[in-house]
Amino acid sequence: MTELAKSARNRMQMFERLGSPFAALGSGALRGIADLVDIVMHPIQRRLGIQRMAYVFVLPNLLIFGIFILFPMLLNFYYALTGGTQLLPANRPFVGMANFEQLFSCGNFLDPNTCDEDLFWRAVWNTSGFVVLQVGFMILISLVTALALNRRIVLRGFFRSVFFYPVLLSPVVVALIWKWILQENGVLNALLVSLGGDRQPFLLSADWARFWVVVISIWAQMGFFTLILLAGLQAIPAELYEAASIDGANQWRSFRSITLPLLRPTMLVVVVLAVIRAVQVFDQVYAFTGGGPGTSTLYMVQYIFRRAFTDQTHLYGLAAAASVVLGGVLLVLTLIQLRTESTSSLS
Amino acid sequence: MMKKLNILLVVAFVLAAIGAGAVAAQDNVVELRLTWYDDGNEGAVMRELLDRFEAENPDIRVVMDTVAYTTILEQLPIQVEAGQAPDMARVTQYPMLAGNYLDLRPLLEDPDAFEAAFPEQVLGAMRTGDDDNGIYGFPDQFTVTGPYINRTLFEQAGVEVPSDTRDDVTWEEWTEVCAEVAEATGTDYAIAIDRTGHRFAGPAISMGATFFDDEGNLTIDSEGFRAMAELLNRWHTEGLTPAEVWLGAGGSYAAAADYFINGQLVCYMAGSWQIQRFTNDIGDAFDWEAIPNPSGPGGSTGVPGGAAIVAFANTQHPEAVARVMEYLTQEDVQREYAERTLFIPGDLRLSDLNYQTDSEAALAALNTFVAEVPKFHEDAYALQFHPQNTVIFNSIRDRLTQYMTGELTLDEAIQRIQEEADQAIAAAGE
Repeated sequence: MTELAKSARNRMQMFERLGSPFAALGSGALRGIADLVDIVMHPIQRRLGIQRMAYVFVLPNLLIFGIFILFPMLLNFYYALTGGTQLLPANRPFVGMANFEQLFSCGNFLDPNTCDEDLFWRAVWNTSGFVVLQVGFMILISLVTALALNRRIVLRGFFRSVFFYPVLLSPVVVALIWKWILQENGVLNALLVSLGGDRQPFLLSADWARFWVVVISIWAQMGFFTLILLAGLQAIPAELYEAASIDGANQWRSFRSITLPLLRPTMLVVVVLAVIRAVQVFDQVYAFTGGGPGTSTLYMVQYIFRRAFTDQTHLYGLAAAASVVLGGVLLVLTLIQLRTESTSSLS
Repeated sequence: MMKKLNILLVVAFVLAAIGAGAVAAQDNVVELRLTWYDDGNEGAVMRELLDRFEAENPDIRVVMDTVAYTTILEQLPIQVEAGQAPDMARVTQYPMLAGNYLDLRPLLEDPDAFEAAFPEQVLGAMRTGDDDNGIYGFPDQFTVTGPYINRTLFEQAGVEVPSDTRDDVTWEEWTEVCAEVAEATGTDYAIAIDRTGHRFAGPAISMGATFFDDEGNLTIDSEGFRAMAELLNRWHTEGLTPAEVWLGAGGSYAAAADYFINGQLVCYMAGSWQIQRFTNDIGDAFDWEAIPNPSGPGGSTGVPGGAAIVAFANTQHPEAVARVMEYLTQEDVQREYAERTLFIPGDLRLSDLNYQTDSEAALAALNTFVAEVPKFHEDAYALQFHPQNTVIFNSIRDRLTQYMTGELTLDEAIQRIQEEADQAIAAAGE
């Protein structure tokens, strides 16, 4: 009998112990499934041997990975080397590196207006700015929050839940809630007017829109990073702080000389994870500003989506080339993360 | 023994599940999917018409999948290219999807009568290349772009409506007058135009824009185009228009209809498709009316448009689709659809329509828009039926927004629109 069949039989026995009619039905069904699995697996195990059975069990997952991740990724590479507006690969002419040349054809990379594909470079610089601001402020705020939640404060459990709650919300829900608050006739402007102030173009001015995109992104994600930092803080032995206190160190000195150095590995993981997430930003901003006003909140993933689908030009090759570039950036960031994780686990 | 019984139990369960699925698929009714969008009540009217068809043809069921208009613009083309098109759809960008339609000619009982019932330009816009006799769908609505005013606000402000006494009122004059009314009545906004290149094109042509050179090549840069772009920018910088329409919509279409319906807007450039909605939603809250398109060096012109119901070539049931199309294009069905939706019909057989409304404003607006048809500039037709019209209109919309947010100068915006249109035309030719 295979391991899977044994496991199913154990569950079946558990159902039998429960003794209800439903349990009896479940027991019968499970027994049937276990026997069916056994009929299929037994000859395979006999032929391959128990050691190789692991590959048999991994195979379904490998197939799913191959069909839904590996194959589309390879297809994307091929699309990046083709032109035209047709969707099916067979109908697309091979153009070599032309799409990459168009992306990187620039008089001055710092001035998108001098680039052939100005929207790509607007997206690159918008994304860079977003990553720096969002990651920087989010980690700072998450750290302060984690430090506060690590102390013995009243309602600590409640506050931990409150800060984590936005993480559970769908990005689109987050975007729509904030849009409702910030639009021209939204809640915040109504409040400002009722207090005698003027309406502010929260979503209609480039600077305001960029500001609020960073704010809601931090609001939505900081709970997750606070939780990781909190775990890092709780892993620091309390004895170190006690010893420092006996030696006369004040709170700032303890933070600087104990907390920060010992939190460094956790912090590195948090930074890399936050940067990867920030580079991939799309759904929340797409539902919140649509990339506007103008292109002030157009980020890389939306640029790719726009070029391929919503512009009606259907420049799939150009979009695929941009996604290869983005993939390269994410690959580098992921390698840094892997290196960081291995360093932190060693330390 | 017990082991065999258990296996039998599982196998029986699986077979029963498969059997139930097979029975469900075997009821001999052809199900057709019709992707639909609504401006007013046309979806409800179409559903009633299709219910009658289904009662007479119990072997066909038509499921209407009603989606947002942006889905028709952005998602449907991808579905079509991926070979996952519905059997039929109501579309506005029918030139762009040409090449993917089902030719109904061999399936229709009387294709010549079908063809004669609709404008050649519309049927032609659904064809590609040398094809000059394919029949791929029919227009269910003819639209005319044009402005509306809130007459009650003019009366409250004591300002004369300029088109009451003159035909040659320009966009600049309307801007001044609407601003005067907004200021006098404390109305939030003076004037607005939907966020689309289609709506922008009419005023631009009136102001002297020429979209095609002598050889028929698309040319964006012209004095009239610049004048209208600068006027639109002025509406924004002076706070005359609700900025959320053009600046707050990201990369999508946006209408200013809600501002007009809520009485927050004096003058609104939209088109004939809003009549039904205004009739229902404004009611007797204030007096509204459609006015002739303003004049300029290019004349007084709106842009034609409309929606068409088209059939897609990847349907598994072409005969059933043709039967639905034949039913929907019967003269009495077309008449009822137009009269109940307050649409200008795309059917040439229809005249003396008895529109089903008590609203004098609706009837007057219909007359105003119908009177606009003979005044259309030739570029307005050429632009609307250009195979890449959606790309051109979207680029105008997005690049002008960048101009108004200060990301581009007007020169740069015009250059980018020209490049994107040229690129799309070239790519489509590959």
